[in-house]
Amino acid sequence: MELSEEEKAMLAGEMGEPKRWAMDHMVKVGAMFDAADLVPVSQAHMMADPESVGEAGVVFLESLASHPEKERRVAVPMITDPRGVDLEYYRPLGQTEVMADLDRRTITACEKLGILMTNTCINYQTIMPPVQGDHVAFGDTGVVIYCNSALGAYSNFEGGPSALAAGLTGRTPRYGLHLDENRIATKRFTVTHQPRELTEWGVLGGLVGRLSGSYWEVPVIEGLEVVPTSDEMKHLGAAMASFGSTPLFHLVGITPEAPTLDDVCRGAPPQAQKITKADLDALRGDFGGKGDKLDIVVFAAPQLSLLEMSSVADLLDGKHVHDDTAMIVCTSPSVVADCDRMGITTRIEASGAKVLRGTCFYNQYAREIGEANGWKRLLSNSTKIVNILGGYGYQPALASMEECVASAVAGEIV
Amino acid sequence: MTTELKCHKGIGPQVQGEALVADDNFSARYDLDRIKGVFSRPQHKLVGQSYVDKILVMNTSKGGVASAWMLHEMKSRGLTPKAILFNSANTILAQGAALADLAMCDRFEDGDVTQLIKTGDIVTVSPDEGRVTIESR
Repeated sequence: MELSEEEKAMLAGEMGEPKRWAMDHMVKVGAMFDAADLVPVSQAHMMADPESVGEAGVVFLESLASHPEKERRVAVPMITDPRGVDLEYYRPLGQTEVMADLDRRTITACEKLGILMTNTCINYQTIMPPVQGDHVAFGDTGVVIYCNSALGAYSNFEGGPSALAAGLTGRTPRYGLHLDENRIATKRFTVTHQPRELTEWGVLGGLVGRLSGSYWEVPVIEGLEVVPTSDEMKHLGAAMASFGSTPLFHLVGITPEAPTLDDVCRGAPPQAQKITKADLDALRGDFGGKGDKLDIVVFAAPQLSLLEMSSVADLLDGKHVHDDTAMIVCTSPSVVADCDRMGITTRIEASGAKVLRGTCFYNQYAREIGEANGWKRLLSNSTKIVNILGGYGYQPALASMEECVASAVAGEIV
Repeated sequence: MTTELKCHKGIGPQVQGEALVADDNFSARYDLDRIKGVFSRPQHKLVGQSYVDKILVMNTSKGGVASAWMLHEMKSRGLTPKAILFNSANTILAQGAALADLAMCDRFEDGDVTQLIKTGDIVTVSPDEGRVTIESR
């Protein structure tokens, strides 16, 4: 890999151990993916919830944070993905002091590194969305696929360590989606059914992800007659990334790199594959059925926007969640501040539901809190979360936001 | 008789171990009970099987960014595969392997690695040379 004089100095440890580690990490990863050099990034975003970071990762972060301030501060603005513990509300969920302490130590270490604790996976709706052509190092698959696809930014999926390396140095190895040749469509889908609400967009994303099946495939979707809202695009992308490890998609006539099909194809377009309503129903049918009893209804993954929070509050007004069913709603600290101010939090919680701040249900020790509360039968409008939680001992089911609320009130899937 | 498979240059140290193979995909967050060291997602082809100290051979890596931290955390408790071989790795697993110093290779020249290697084969993985040797089966 070709390195500048400054990068060589960092790698040699002349600018401190944190930057030396970061350069060493990027050289190893870059070599596996044949990166020619490093590309400057304008922002970094790190997933560092305590469940995935673990004791070993916290010790690692603390060791970087123990270096002199000049050496340890991030070089570009760096923000964080949701936390694993809402420190204002964790004991009632059955989360332990060990979990909370890991989270506190992570926060302390990150703050010493100069990281802004935004604790959100919807930074593109709430913090600073990148612009077309902007190279960034984002660390949440839903964030990356949205920013690449809807905004035309350039990011790979950056795991926590790599996002941190990018933040410390202001660079990332130039491979994958930082290169235009890897943004060309390799799979082509034609939809014959127009998605109508968040869950239908999520199901479409899940199916396209499943059919694409690899990080290195780029699906292009034709046939859409409706332009998705930001929230709909968010569910489309999050599900696609979850089912397929897919980091980029194009919607012909909608997303910025795909004014026409030809714009995202090199030569002849790939053979088109039809996606019908029956295909979408089949994926949906994998997750639950009417009449099933419910332990918990979850709105999360991704965190809810202010508009989604408002919709949940409208649907819950004057209703009460069934005594045998819990409801959890996860959003970002900045959205929750608005919700508090506008009375939305109070309206949601008056129903017996709980709003969690700066967390996302699946990365907050989902297995442990499920066992502590006897939660198995779970309903959500997030195609992403129902895909994940089977591995955590849940029986997940999928329904629209309206059906989720009605089911929470009834205590069974309606 | 040994069989030599060429792949792309990988990450991590040279290791030897027994292969555990499936034509399926891999995510540390979605598919594993990381405390017990077994595959836990009911739909996974290796559900219930231990991956600890195996040379894990899978099609591709998928799912969330968490896997990068998770490989490092699993390594600290000694509950990882010895190596993971993919037809195609995603970025996150490669990044996790770099932090955890875990052997990882992908892009095999002779075709589908989940067909080339069988469960139970004794395999040597040499990431720096981009080479995997089947020692015995």
